Amino acid sequence: MKNNVEVKNISFSYGKTEILKDLSLDIREGEFMVLLGPSGCGKTTLLNCIAGLLDLTDGQIWIEDDNVTWKEPKDRHIGMVFQSYALYPSMTVEKNLSFGLRMMNTPKNIINEKIDKAANLLQINELLKRKPSQLSGGQRQRVAIGRALVRDAKVFLFDEPLSNLDAKLRAELRYEIKKLHRDLSNTMIYVTHDQIEAMTLADRISVMKDGLIQQLDTPKQIYNKPANLFVAGFIGSPSMNFLKASYDKSNKKIIVGKKQIDISKYENINNLMNDQGVVFGIRPENINIEKNENSIQCKVELVEPMGADTLVWTSVEGNPISIRLEGSSNFNLNDEINISFDINKSSIFDSKSEERI
Amino acid sequence: MRSIPTGPRPKHLTIGRIGLYCFIFVCAIFFLMPLYVMIITSLKDMDEIRAANILNLPKELSFYSWPKAWSQACTGFVCEGLKPGFFNSVKITVPSVIVSVGLSALNGYALAFWRFKGAYLFFGLCLFGAFIPYQVMVYPLLKIEDALGIYSTLPGIILVHTIFGMPILTLIFRNFYASLPIDLFKAARIDGGNFIKIFLYVIIPMSAPITIVAVILQVTGIWNDFLLGLVFAGRDNQPMTVQLNNIVQVDYGVAEYNVDMSATILTSLVPLFVYFISGRWFVRGIAAGAIKG
Repeated sequence: MKNNVEVKNISFSYGKTEILKDLSLDIREGEFMVLLGPSGCGKTTLLNCIAGLLDLTDGQIWIEDDNVTWKEPKDRHIGMVFQSYALYPSMTVEKNLSFGLRMMNTPKNIINEKIDKAANLLQINELLKRKPSQLSGGQRQRVAIGRALVRDAKVFLFDEPLSNLDAKLRAELRYEIKKLHRDLSNTMIYVTHDQIEAMTLADRISVMKDGLIQQLDTPKQIYNKPANLFVAGFIGSPSMNFLKASYDKSNKKIIVGKKQIDISKYENINNLMNDQGVVFGIRPENINIEKNENSIQCKVELVEPMGADTLVWTSVEGNPISIRLEGSSNFNLNDEINISFDINKSSIFDSKSEERI
Repeated sequence: MRSIPTGPRPKHLTIGRIGLYCFIFVCAIFFLMPLYVMIITSLKDMDEIRAANILNLPKELSFYSWPKAWSQACTGFVCEGLKPGFFNSVKITVPSVIVSVGLSALNGYALAFWRFKGAYLFFGLCLFGAFIPYQVMVYPLLKIEDALGIYSTLPGIILVHTIFGMPILTLIFRNFYASLPIDLFKAARIDGGNFIKIFLYVIIPMSAPITIVAVILQVTGIWNDFLLGLVFAGRDNQPMTVQLNNIVQVDYGVAEYNVDMSATILTSLVPLFVYFISGRWFVRGIAAGAIKG
């Protein structure tokens, strides 16, 4: 597939602080790319660099086979949506939408046509005559998306657009952004620290930390086969359970304190060495409550009913473990339970390099 | 009797409150007393003033001092009152305010959003410039204007007021613009605005509160200025304050206190008027981040 946006070996420093280091990223045409990471990881900086709002220290940015590294933001055929909406407060919604077109001296009838189209798509027809201060947060963000739409941008950039909205609106707009992408099939680059947004929206996610891309893959791959400990811990809520262990090659078991876990079913078991220090990672939903020759006995320490599922907390050799069970399951404090791990779906990391084995 | 707490909390008059009201009352008297004396003195005739009952209300109202101060009192050798001075002040104030506020807004915008190399140093110099006493600059400026051939002319005095107003105004505008969300500016850049277009279409429409603060500061400052008007305006463009001084400082004849008082009140009417119509905006502008850095 053709690449639409290419980020080639870019670096960005703010004073002496290096925020992005020799970072490369290819985004395919029509792809929904999510940049995900904790605050301060450089994801917004990367987006601003692509938009041309920050000057690179080094490297190149290409959009549609055009080297735009030195081009002004307005000449990059992009539309951008900000977390703070960034609507012009003195203009009505209509004027906000048409501002970019008016700056380019677009004829009036074409402006009206485009505004109509965008307003219909986003259901903001009734708001056109209002000022931004008379709109709710959700409406403001719709208008902000509309402003990007009317510009016929080739690439849409979203900078945490839903972070200022309450949970219900966030889910609503998330759905609409996804629908918008389905209908327009433009390339979209979306920055967020919310992993649910990332998982639901993305074709591919690039997980970032300290200005480096930790893993670039589909949401499924990132969830099931995290490349390292950071990605494993960052993605998923409640997060993956970790057990520090060492590998016993002769028995194909890992040893956690006094307990042993048989991992002979693990996919890459042959890459493990005897006595290697490892971190065993397992997601809460991949732990079953059942008694077999491989199960571990422990006590229920806390129960969190969440409606659809119930989260049961216990511990193995002092490591807290959460187990996701059906909402209907019934456990009480201090119940004795036997848990077994679904080794197929686990991840094992080297404790030094923190890379997945 | 104790009642059950419900609804709004009852208001009590505490000792602290009473003290506060007393203080406010004394302050009000302190500031209003001179104004009261000025107004009643301007409404007395000279015989009554000589009777020296300075706080007494006039026995008989006489208004003759007001038209005299406006159009007949002698300022030096001419006896045309304050009228020419008033129009001179208008001619000086209006262009000076427009030019200095306009340029400062542009400067503040450039400093806040287009961070060029050395912007911080420039900002620091502005801050410094805002605190340099006028007197230091008077002589060098006078020589410069003389060399340019605009000394003692209307453009000359307008230039001087613009120069002296810009550091503090630039500071105020920069701080206001720095408090605006930077995303707005980013959005405008993506929407295709350039330096001037963003300023005209996005920034200026949002600048109303701070512009009003700047205009008030400049109008009162320039209207009340005496030193610069005396030095730079020249004989033909003497502002109202300089003429007022000439009326009050009589070297011969009788000092007409009622005319002096009328003239003083007339001179201060413009800044007073500006405060009254825009006080609300002034407070709002300051609250909008004008002063906080």
